[in-house]
Amino acid sequence: MTTSLVIVDTGCANLNSVRYAFARIGVTAQISTNAATIQTASHVVLPGVGTAAAARRQLEQHDLLNVLANLQQPVLGICLGMQLLGTHSVEGEVLGLGVVPILTEALNTQQFPVPHMGWNRVTPLQDSPLLRQLPSLPWFYFVHSYAMPVTSWTTAQCTYGEQFSAMVQHNNYFGVQFHPERSGSTGLQLLRNFVELTDANPRS
Amino acid sequence: MLAKRIIPCLDVRDGLVVKGVQFRNHEVIGPIEPLVERYVQAGADELVLYDITAAAHGQTVDRHWVDRVARLIDIPFTVAGGITNVAQAQAILAMGADKISINSPALANPALINQLVDEFGSQCVVVGIDSFYNPESHQYEVYQYTGDEQRTRRTSWTTYAWVAEVVARGAGEIVLNCMNQDGVRRGYDIEQLRQVRQLCPVPLVASGGAGCVEHFIDVFNQANVDGALAASVFHKDIVSIDTIKGALAQAAIPVRQITHPS
Repeated sequence: MTTSLVIVDTGCANLNSVRYAFARIGVTAQISTNAATIQTASHVVLPGVGTAAAARRQLEQHDLLNVLANLQQPVLGICLGMQLLGTHSVEGEVLGLGVVPILTEALNTQQFPVPHMGWNRVTPLQDSPLLRQLPSLPWFYFVHSYAMPVTSWTTAQCTYGEQFSAMVQHNNYFGVQFHPERSGSTGLQLLRNFVELTDANPRS
Repeated sequence: MLAKRIIPCLDVRDGLVVKGVQFRNHEVIGPIEPLVERYVQAGADELVLYDITAAAHGQTVDRHWVDRVARLIDIPFTVAGGITNVAQAQAILAMGADKISINSPALANPALINQLVDEFGSQCVVVGIDSFYNPESHQYEVYQYTGDEQRTRRTSWTTYAWVAEVVARGAGEIVLNCMNQDGVRRGYDIEQLRQVRQLCPVPLVASGGAGCVEHFIDVFNQANVDGALAASVFHKDIVSIDTIKGALAQAAIPVRQITHPS
């Protein structure tokens, strides 16, 4: 089937980095806030940097909360976008889409500087189609101060002061706390794996 | 474990990469794209592109090269130089830069830090600090407009007080340029960085003085910084990123080695 990938315009600043990363793997992505465009896309990406409240406000203004919570095709939340997939974020006390039943908490980094910024290794906990053809402990680029704890929906974890969810999955919703668009060839392979997921079988 | 970052810095003037000694006598190194690509392939963890003329002349950065770099590379990069308001920062981030770094404009208007943090989150707001040791007062002092010899001036801030101030205003990272060391390749200012590290709860990047592999080992081991920024040592091929990372790994310092994945 033809890939028609839509990046949801969360009003955040890194939309173009995500679009350029898909372009590097030969996928033309459309940036949109249009409900119909999002609903008919083969793949949906929910990017985000900035604050949870600002991103949620943007989704509310475009009446997208329900649309995004009821998608059937593969959906990838990146960084803040992953946190928006959850039930709730303590950052500004913001409700998420609730499609991944985890709440986002402040990262307890112990004595380490905040935010968690830089390249860290990710440890897979479960099989994930997104991790195909990647090294066993791949490096990804992180920038965040909030995170989801490790739960049964966690497919990969990372450690910075404490363990947290680096990747989550529930049904057709995938979340990555790191930035695959800025994680070199490893990140591009993950995006390629996401694009190769098919509508009929999002978990295969 | 979080890897220590090796960060090549490209000083840009009129769309070309330049490098001076102690912020002066800039010589042209070459066009931006080939250098950027070379560093990414060599294993740079991120890049800083610093428009040194912009800050001094009150201009903003040339937008076109930011977009070109964003399309080209798949590692994070920071754009610095003459960003004096939220709209300029927005434009640079929208073109695909991951972070913006402010220096002189933050000294002119410290509230700019808060405004940028409120708008974009602290994770993409870096504050660069040009710090010079004053042997008379025995203090580290903050300098402004260091991109222009004519306008360079000492501020009333001590480095330690300014670090505390920018952190309180929400800066997500600090790049400390130790000007006594800049471009002379005699090693990072370990003592100053170690002291700043103790009062800096956000990521700290060392800048100024890298000349050989040992300097990188020393700055991570002795000052516990999160990243080491360098320019001339890379531009002039004095030491390769791969060599540095190999030596850091040998010294049990966590690094991301792209050439030898395990």
